[in-house]
Amino acid sequence: MTSPTTAAGLFTALPDTDADAQRRLHARLTAAAAGAGILDVAYRTLDSPYGPLLLAATEQGLVRVAWAREDHDRVLAQLADRVSPRILLAPARLDRAAREIEEYLDRRRTAFDLPLDLRLAGGFRRTVLARLTEVGYGRTVSYGQLAAAAGSPRAVRAVGTACATNPLPLVVPCHRVVRGDGSPGRYNGGAAVKRALLDLEAAA
Amino acid sequence: MSLDSISASAGTGIRTLPAGPGFEPFEAVVARHGPLVLRVCRAVLGPGAADDAWSETFLAALRAYPALRPGSNVEAWLVTIAHRKALDQLRAAARRPVPAGDRPDRLDRASRDGVPGGWESDLWAALRALPPKQRMTVAYHHLAGLPYAEVAELVGGTPAAARRAAADGIAALRRHYLTEEDPS
Repeated sequence: MTSPTTAAGLFTALPDTDADAQRRLHARLTAAAAGAGILDVAYRTLDSPYGPLLLAATEQGLVRVAWAREDHDRVLAQLADRVSPRILLAPARLDRAAREIEEYLDRRRTAFDLPLDLRLAGGFRRTVLARLTEVGYGRTVSYGQLAAAAGSPRAVRAVGTACATNPLPLVVPCHRVVRGDGSPGRYNGGAAVKRALLDLEAAA
Repeated sequence: MSLDSISASAGTGIRTLPAGPGFEPFEAVVARHGPLVLRVCRAVLGPGAADDAWSETFLAALRAYPALRPGSNVEAWLVTIAHRKALDQLRAAARRPVPAGDRPDRLDRASRDGVPGGWESDLWAALRALPPKQRMTVAYHHLAGLPYAEVAELVGGTPAAARRAAADGIAALRRHYLTEEDPS
């Protein structure tokens, strides 16, 4: 024990950080917060072949899936601004979403059965995402076709924006939207991931 | 001294202005300040009751967080809440009937989890011997780093009185705790 020459030095026996206690108390806090209805956003990360995914859910449902290249800290800060700062690392609420995404990436699932919270997409973007959920596994649609399906055939650019800002990639399958010439086009998880997902679905 | 003479009011309280951009996720608040708040709770309440006070502090903080005044000193805010929760714990313990030879602070339960010779034994034994106000002033000033003016707002009385209480507490700890720990 170091010689406590200062008053604060008297407390060297009291650990600065007690990892076991913090884990125990954190679990107790997330359970109490969920029980009290004040866990506005629960999140966890999930390892995938395409890097770690961030999953976040409100009480209504899955609200955000984010690729690592989107910067998870930045995504959490956006959730704090746009949904609520009452955000905790609380995996329990994401158990089902994590399981379904794992099954999908493992080719054991072709459709998601999850409550979704689309509050991060408003207006036309939300309409686009709603149409997008109707594009089934293994199929693709062009930006122009999706614009037509959303009721605005000339809003091809806006459809591109809706896909690029899709808050729920994988689950709302913006990777199934391709260019008119059939090439994959851009993707918020990276063009290589989009190609891999299209290959995955084509191989199933 | 009576616990009721320790004020639960505080100047660094919760304001009810709407949250603006820049509020970091509460998870970051727990990660950054959780360990210090636990040290403070432990120094004031000892093992066991410290866990309860920490849990109630962060649950109350989570509830109030969106209404926290932007730019607030989050750590001082948390220590303020922890102080109120510590008072609740101490009052509840004082109301509980205490069997002969037992203590109201549930040392027995927690010491089973503790490391032999850890803070739960000698340091807490020395802290427990202090009057609550001395324990609190020592914890809020020397562990949490609050200036005596803010400590006085929490525990009541003047800053000079808070300074004296902390000095008395430190002197007592040096007498009773250090002599056992460090005989050289």
